[in-house]
Amino acid sequence: MLDCTPKEMKPRLSGGLINPAKTCQPIGAMYAALGIHRCLPHSHGSQGCCSYHRMHLTRHFRDPVMATTSSFTEGSSVFGGGANLKTAIKNIFQVYSPDVIAIHTTCLSETIGDDIPSLIQSAEIPEGKLVIHTNTPSYQGSHITGFSNMTKSMVKYLAQASTTVKKDQVNIIPGFVNPGDMREIKRLLKAMNIESILFPDTSGVVDSPMTGEFNMYPAGGTTIEQLKDTGNSKLTIALGRFASSDAAELLSSKCKVPALALKTPIGIKASDAFLMALRGSFAQEVPAEIEEERGQLVDIMTDTHFHFHGKRVAIFGDPDIVTGLTEFVLSLGMAPVHILTGTPGGAIGSAVGSFEEDINGMLLEANLTANVKAGGDLFTLHQWIKNQPVDLLIGTTYGKYIARAEDIPFVRAGFPVLDRSVHSYMPLVGYRGAMRLIEMISGALLDRADRDAADEDFELVM
Amino acid sequence: MNVGAVEMLESRQDFIATKGKQKNQIKCDADSIAGCVSQRACVYCGARVVLNPVTDAIHLVHGPIGCASYTWDIRGSLSSGSELYRNSFCTDLKEQDVIFGGGKKLTAAIDELVAKYSPSLLFVYSTCIVGVIGDDLDAICKSATSRHGVEVLPVQSSGFIGNKAAGYRAACDTLLQLIEPTKQIWSKKAGSINYLGDFNLAGEAWIIEEYLREIGIELNVVFTGDSTYAKIKTAPQASLNIMQCAGSMNYLATKMEELYEIPYIRVSFLGLEDTADSLRRIAAALDNVSAAAKAELLISREIAKTKPVIDWYRGKFAGKKAAIYVGGGFKAISLIKQFREIGVEVVMVGTQTGRQEEYDTINELVDEGTVILDDANPAELERFMVSKGANLLVGGVKERPLAYKLGIAFIDHNHDRKHPLSGYVGAINFAEEVYSTLCSPVWNSIRKGDD
Repeated sequence: MLDCTPKEMKPRLSGGLINPAKTCQPIGAMYAALGIHRCLPHSHGSQGCCSYHRMHLTRHFRDPVMATTSSFTEGSSVFGGGANLKTAIKNIFQVYSPDVIAIHTTCLSETIGDDIPSLIQSAEIPEGKLVIHTNTPSYQGSHITGFSNMTKSMVKYLAQASTTVKKDQVNIIPGFVNPGDMREIKRLLKAMNIESILFPDTSGVVDSPMTGEFNMYPAGGTTIEQLKDTGNSKLTIALGRFASSDAAELLSSKCKVPALALKTPIGIKASDAFLMALRGSFAQEVPAEIEEERGQLVDIMTDTHFHFHGKRVAIFGDPDIVTGLTEFVLSLGMAPVHILTGTPGGAIGSAVGSFEEDINGMLLEANLTANVKAGGDLFTLHQWIKNQPVDLLIGTTYGKYIARAEDIPFVRAGFPVLDRSVHSYMPLVGYRGAMRLIEMISGALLDRADRDAADEDFELVM
Repeated sequence: MNVGAVEMLESRQDFIATKGKQKNQIKCDADSIAGCVSQRACVYCGARVVLNPVTDAIHLVHGPIGCASYTWDIRGSLSSGSELYRNSFCTDLKEQDVIFGGGKKLTAAIDELVAKYSPSLLFVYSTCIVGVIGDDLDAICKSATSRHGVEVLPVQSSGFIGNKAAGYRAACDTLLQLIEPTKQIWSKKAGSINYLGDFNLAGEAWIIEEYLREIGIELNVVFTGDSTYAKIKTAPQASLNIMQCAGSMNYLATKMEELYEIPYIRVSFLGLEDTADSLRRIAAALDNVSAAAKAELLISREIAKTKPVIDWYRGKFAGKKAAIYVGGGFKAISLIKQFREIGVEVVMVGTQTGRQEEYDTINELVDEGTVILDDANPAELERFMVSKGANLLVGGVKERPLAYKLGIAFIDHNHDRKHPLSGYVGAINFAEEVYSTLCSPVWNSIRKGDD
């Protein structure tokens, strides 16, 4: 009954969306800002925006998400939100005393045209405290764009090239991933014995331990000192072009830190590329423990490859994550047949390149073709699946309607996952993340095989 | 943050009271202060939660994608028929629409959706940006209605025009518009009632419908749980409106009394006391002697079944204290009574949108020393829960992890509730849910500091 999607595909010209695969910029900016130590994100708009973003993030991370709002009223939308913002800044420092306020705009304040930088300049900011901002018009891009914009603003406001010689350290921009992924990236860097600054870093913020006390500012997050010091690093690695490239590019032009854009290290190939780039730039050998992990992953891949071969899979979610997942399922011998992101794919000539080109390039290499779409919605994905069925669906919680309607095994990955817990603590990145993905995918496929097997075909060993 | 480390904003002090300490009234129904970590939502949110349970409608959000994304199938209100309302429809406004106006796109989206789904009803929600760029929603909807012969109704819910309560009113205005064009004279169905302010979360309205059926009272339409276009149209034929969630429905009830001469009474089906009281009052209001007699039978049967279970739980809850932070004042009032029934002391009560008279009632109900607060922020909730020694918080999505971090048990009394909390079965579910969190062994794993 839940299935309201017709199989027959008719042209859709209105530009409206049905069952979106994206959300708006501000929530991405809010999430990125949570990755600064002792930072309070501030939403410059109606209070509903702030409330929705906190609710959505809370549902995904199952941790308190703190943010403030300018609480626009009819008056502010007529006369501008400047007075609200100045009052807000004063109140926030007085009551919540963060080290930094990170302001993002909303569709409302963008349309009114509030000039945030000059409002910040004329605001009362206590000694030693900071206010940064980014513009996040909700009518452009997606939550990934918002994340990228806030990360870029961290560079714009804070990064400084203060040393004559670059330090032997790397900046890593992890992109819109879970704190579990950020922890895994830091573990790999530590194992490689490379000094690093990861930003933003929401580990220790939205996966903080239970102590019996509520900490408005948990222990995690990239510190202001670290953000300033990003200008002195000898390399920036942007993981995931859509969420991370812009900030890396700005660091390159502002502080002359060379930028390297890599895929989000999901799967063996992208993890290899990440570690090889580190090894190459820092003349560090990959330590035995990481080599061993890679070996284990390959062992697992060979042990299980017959479960995957030729299985038809549909993948949707955020562009960087979907790109990584697609590459990985290809390396397992699966056949991606529908690949979709809700985020617009990047215009020709833009820094982020084209999602569709990236995916089609990988498919071409594997001699496959598929439906590939950026800026799509789940109505389209569902129609594709009705017309060309798949064996597996990988995506965010919103995929569960399709999975149920079409009775397809479903693996939850990406943002948001609202109906399962623990996921945000566990990595998808690196070799260990790849092992976990294999466990999730083969678990879903084999559970289905068990469920569907007739008594005489039901097997103990699989 | 440590208790006491939070400086209380002076301007917030009027919004907080402790029973017995001061005489002055609590301040409420005001805008949130800029810069607060408010738990409140916006006009659109208020309108959407009221209308969303209309199951066979297309709920089209006219604006950028966020407002549609965050409200996609979040309400947990169940349907006995169409599931169309559980899909998310949005015009996904882009920059050029903001510059040149989104009217054309909206018209095209309506046309496309009508062609695709042939719905009986389409709600078009205005969001912040629409209020600023000035698309003429009324005109666009009117023209679409006459073009398609399908009712396309605007919901004036731009986020900044007020708070959630303004959204409730916007939703009620749209519902009135939906009821009104029916020019035929409704013959009143004697003894038939409308039930306002139940959104059929976890099937709660069905429980009440069953009770009413048992005592011989016909439920005409529920606003808006499991309602449909056709059912809502019949609203004028009822001879009585009963209203549970007054925060969202008071305006509609008053208007329906004025326009269709349907009197209304307030009811609550939360807890044993309120449920029994409500059933009796409904029968009395209808002057239905047979229903009154049947209600007594139902009440005594259900009490006999429920009371021993509740009493068992009561024994487990000795000495436990609860804090309440919910959306509306009426729900808070019912919860205070319900906690009393299960033997849990209420030490803090707050709401997002409670009204003055509701705060007065709350103040009468609670014990000395109970903290009462309006539009609280997390720091205030923390401060009072800790200082008052609360063991349990009743709240919504955003309060859950806050409570857990403090080692305080939690139950959701909002959209994320998993079991019906209405009627007698709801009273048992409530006690069971309180027990399952309050008495869970997980709290034993918390390493306590010096205490």
